[in-house]
Amino acid sequence: MRPLPVGEHGLLIELDSAEKAAALHAELLRRDAGGTLRWAGGGSRTASGGEIVPAARTVFLDGLADPRGLRAELASWDIPPHAAGDRPTVEIPVRYDGPDLDAVAALWDTTTDDVVRLHSGTEFHVAFCGFAPGFGYLTGLPEPLHVPRRATPRTRVPVGSVALAGPYTGVYPRSSPGGWQLIGTTGTVLWDPCREPAALLTPGTRVRFVPLETAR
Amino acid sequence: MNDRALSVVRAGALTTVQDLGRPGHAHLGVPRAGALDEPAHRLANRLVGNPESAATLETTLTGCAVRVRTATTVAVTGAPCPVTVDGRPAPWGAPVRVPAGAVLDAGPATHGVRCHLAFAGGIDAAEVLGSRATDLLSGLGPEPLTDGAVLPLGAPYAPSAGADAVPHPGPVAELLLPFLPGPRDDWFTDAGLRTLATGRFRVSPASNRIGLRTAGPALERARHGELPSEGMPLGALQVPPDGLPVLFLHDHPTTGGYPVVGVVPERHLARAAQAAPGTPVRFLRMR
Repeated sequence: MRPLPVGEHGLLIELDSAEKAAALHAELLRRDAGGTLRWAGGGSRTASGGEIVPAARTVFLDGLADPRGLRAELASWDIPPHAAGDRPTVEIPVRYDGPDLDAVAALWDTTTDDVVRLHSGTEFHVAFCGFAPGFGYLTGLPEPLHVPRRATPRTRVPVGSVALAGPYTGVYPRSSPGGWQLIGTTGTVLWDPCREPAALLTPGTRVRFVPLETAR
Repeated sequence: MNDRALSVVRAGALTTVQDLGRPGHAHLGVPRAGALDEPAHRLANRLVGNPESAATLETTLTGCAVRVRTATTVAVTGAPCPVTVDGRPAPWGAPVRVPAGAVLDAGPATHGVRCHLAFAGGIDAAEVLGSRATDLLSGLGPEPLTDGAVLPLGAPYAPSAGADAVPHPGPVAELLLPFLPGPRDDWFTDAGLRTLATGRFRVSPASNRIGLRTAGPALERARHGELPSEGMPLGALQVPPDGLPVLFLHDHPTTGGYPVVGVVPERHLARAAQAAPGTPVRFLRMR
């Protein structure tokens, strides 16, 4: 664990693996809920606008009252390994009809039926969010199934597209440009500002994709 | 239809609704957004008797003009500009009573970039995650203003205090940006870090609410490639592969894969928001 200073109120904590980052993130949320993280604005994280932002190998905290103090304290923390079982599973129905399904089958050296079987048989977990509100970076695919981004990004990826890039699977919460490989579509609403919480996929959530009949 | 409203006569180059933003949602990929010149936003609200959290209009270089449906107290702060009510000169940086049906025009900035227009009662746009701010990166909040658009106003709060003495800010002759190094200063060579501390940069015309881009000498990297995505703070000096630092402003992405060489504390960002393209920039290492 390597804590790096970020400005006057921030700390970026770097870890050796995605699993350790997830475990630290869970521990930070526990400690924040218990009121032992102190925020610069005083009071709760929400009231003071503090941030706890997990990412690929890091957790970034901003708006801390005493980042140096936390940095010194971190080494003595006993952080239990991340137990995915204590989070609910979100099921996302998918029609596996994406324009890059054949290309992904070729990259995986298998059939499109097997892409559906392998993808829907994987338990994913939201490692972090970014790119757009409600866009979760989902990990779970083993390394041989990691695929590159498309050489030429699309100027418009339709809302609800289920896509792959590198170690991640994601679902486009709205129509936007994008370079990921599109393998399917879902009607599930990923982002609804009128809903609480607005984002269906928050860091730590477990996700399963459930195949719908396709007309292929 | 609600009588308390304004209609947009001249939207200007880019006018958005802003307040204090929606901090605390970066983990969902939601940028903070909110007024770039936050002291000017807070001041404009105080001048018209609003709480500092009320929504104002933030203009860009060319100002904007709006017609109010009912008599409304208005104040213009931030970048100095000529203010008129139905063509007659009115004070900048002071509460102005605009009669029903009259047009308030905040003209082009004489220097600086962004004006804030506060209206008694505030802009009553719908809240998203507790804020009415327009977020240009992710498209949350109200659309940027267009000619003919109508925005509702809230009920006025207390009578205008009008107590602030508002000095005209001088032009930003040089933008001095103090920064704390890290978290990824080790991705740059000593020469690269010297370039940051001593190089002559300018504000690039490609700057926007997402980031203040710079033109100048490129920072030499010690390590190449991209980082795995990591959380990005407000005020980050992020260095893309072209080696030119980008100062992250309020609509910045919440995660990114380019190294952050240093972070400019938030209190210095309001001046950055008023630095016009071409303004010389100097980075000053704080420790």
